[in-house]
Amino acid sequence: MFVALRDLQHARGRFVLMSVVIVLITFLVTFLASLTAGLARESTSAVTDLPADHIAFSMPAEDDAPEFTASRVEADQWDAWADVEGVESADPLGVATTRAETDGTTASVTALGVDEGTNLVPGSDGEGDDGEAGDVEPGTVVLTPEAAGALDAQTGDIVTLGGTALTVAATVEADQSFSHTPVVWTSLDDWQDIGARGSATAGGGADPVATVVALTTTDDADLAAADDALGTTTVTTSDARSAVSSFAGENTSLTTMQAFLLVISALVVGAFFTVWTISRSGDIAVLKALGGSTGYLLRDALGQAAVLLVGGVAVGTGLSVAAATLLPDAVPVVVTTATTLVPAAGLILLGLVGAGVSVARITRIDPHAALAAR
Amino acid sequence: MDLHLEHITLVYPDGDSTLTAVDDVDLTVPAGTTTALLGPSGAGKSSLLAVAAGLTQPSRGTVTIGADVVFTPDTSVADSTRVRLERIGMVFQSPQLLGSLTALEQLELHAHLRGKRPASVRERGMELLDAVGVADHAHKRPAQLSGGQRQRVAIARALVGRPEVLLVDEPTSALDHERGTQVVELITGLAREMAAATLLVSHDASTLATVDATVRMLDARLEESAPLAAVRPA
Ligand SMILES: Nc1ncnc2c1ncn2[C@@H]1O[C@H](COP(=O)(O)OP(=O)(O)O)[C@@H](O)[C@H]1O
Ligand SMILES: [Mg+2]
Repeated sequence: MFVALRDLQHARGRFVLMSVVIVLITFLVTFLASLTAGLARESTSAVTDLPADHIAFSMPAEDDAPEFTASRVEADQWDAWADVEGVESADPLGVATTRAETDGTTASVTALGVDEGTNLVPGSDGEGDDGEAGDVEPGTVVLTPEAAGALDAQTGDIVTLGGTALTVAATVEADQSFSHTPVVWTSLDDWQDIGARGSATAGGGADPVATVVALTTTDDADLAAADDALGTTTVTTSDARSAVSSFAGENTSLTTMQAFLLVISALVVGAFFTVWTISRSGDIAVLKALGGSTGYLLRDALGQAAVLLVGGVAVGTGLSVAAATLLPDAVPVVVTTATTLVPAAGLILLGLVGAGVSVARITRIDPHAALAAR
Repeated sequence: MDLHLEHITLVYPDGDSTLTAVDDVDLTVPAGTTTALLGPSGAGKSSLLAVAAGLTQPSRGTVTIGADVVFTPDTSVADSTRVRLERIGMVFQSPQLLGSLTALEQLELHAHLRGKRPASVRERGMELLDAVGVADHAHKRPAQLSGGQRQRVAIARALVGRPEVLLVDEPTSALDHERGTQVVELITGLAREMAAATLLVSHDASTLATVDATVRMLDARLEESAPLAAVRPA
């Protein structure tokens, strides 16, 4: 890159301008990715953090896509699931977003109704022995720190959930939320009383109901057959995120924005290197006339693009990580490899494709042109 | 090594018809000597030089350096490029220096293109810049040099690879008579010193006092070589 590096330095102004554009686009893409991940966590962490690998939904119509707001499972369903071969545990889980009140404070929370003795609540090993923070008993509620903060409630306080007064049994260290509301845990009985959906009464019978069944399975479980037999729709815990309506909407629009930004950055880089290559076509003709091979000149130009892209993307990614750490906690950003290095690698790759298409015109430049006066 | 052009014909496509820019030219330039190629504008001088340099394939004929046939109508672009890199030095009508490189780097570039460390020719580069009289400007970029200085750097660049053949296209067109004469003298001197077969295109016979032979081109054909006295100004 004898000439390319010297050109970078010589035409500093132009390249700095282009670098700034790359830095800004990278910042936007990686920050957006971190924000997408953060919003996704706020929408779905109550689901993804479940100690379960699959979730069984029971939708009003068989063909409906699984959705937490519409799913309703009954006791015979989760009992039957527990008996399916390869299913190690099948726990009912009620999910309902409702209003929570304490003296003077009101907040929106998602109440997760669980069977007594289950391990679905963080801080409980599911053995049913007393005294663990995550053990939920009738008449009590377990809070996440966020819910405790929002309600200004401590252990022993009374929290009214959808009209049912419950005593705070504990606050467990778990950052879980659902559809942007903090999570609280109650017993399945209380959850039905809370009646966020009026499930128990609407059902008319004494049969306990829940929203979904959280399954822990082994590889030999035939989930599809069990679904057919039990009238459920089972998806992986990760796929169950799409059943949270707030996640589905946010994720699609934010991911589309990122995809557009990636394409835009490739086009911008391509446009820049098109103009740049045209402006130096005289130099390229001279280099060819002096004996520079086309392959060498292409490598030189692509190397230059790589320097620009790697530099700009590195700075942009660094900025976005720095911004994420400096931002107040209220902004939900999650910085991981997937939100920084993966989009950064995508930007570099697509940028190189854009640059590659642009500098390909080097192959068509005629060294004969060097003989012309200029 | 001598340069032989044998039966060179170059035909350009020209709309629906064709244009014969070089028509069956035979020319030999012995090693260490300079032959001036004269003729009016449009005679085909640059076209002949382009064929001699492998910048374009001849429609017919061959270019030979020493005993090696280097360019024929079938020579590939990659092969022509390699021959140019290893055996031919070129000076263009305008200096054609690269804007981001210093004078010395223009010379080091040649080593880089040949896969050698640029620093390996630094010493020779400085000697050459000294020989053409711009050693003091070795670390300046083209924008900081005068037209004449740039042309001198271009001459040094053409010679840094110890080429067997030196091809020069109208080096004096941008210079006044006195400087033009000096530049031609510089080229002929260096060509002799480095035993390069040199073909120098010019339309200004008055600057050619130091060349070894002169040929004249008219309408794509070479006229019989004229004795030098005939082209010198009275
Ligand atoms: N690349 C080209 N394509 C088509 N015609 C050309 C090209 N280069 C030169 N010509 C034509 O070939 C003839 C000889 O041109 P040239 O070799 O440049 O002459 P000179 O250098 O003697 O002035 C001219 O008629 C010119 O228009
Ligand atoms: Mg010409």
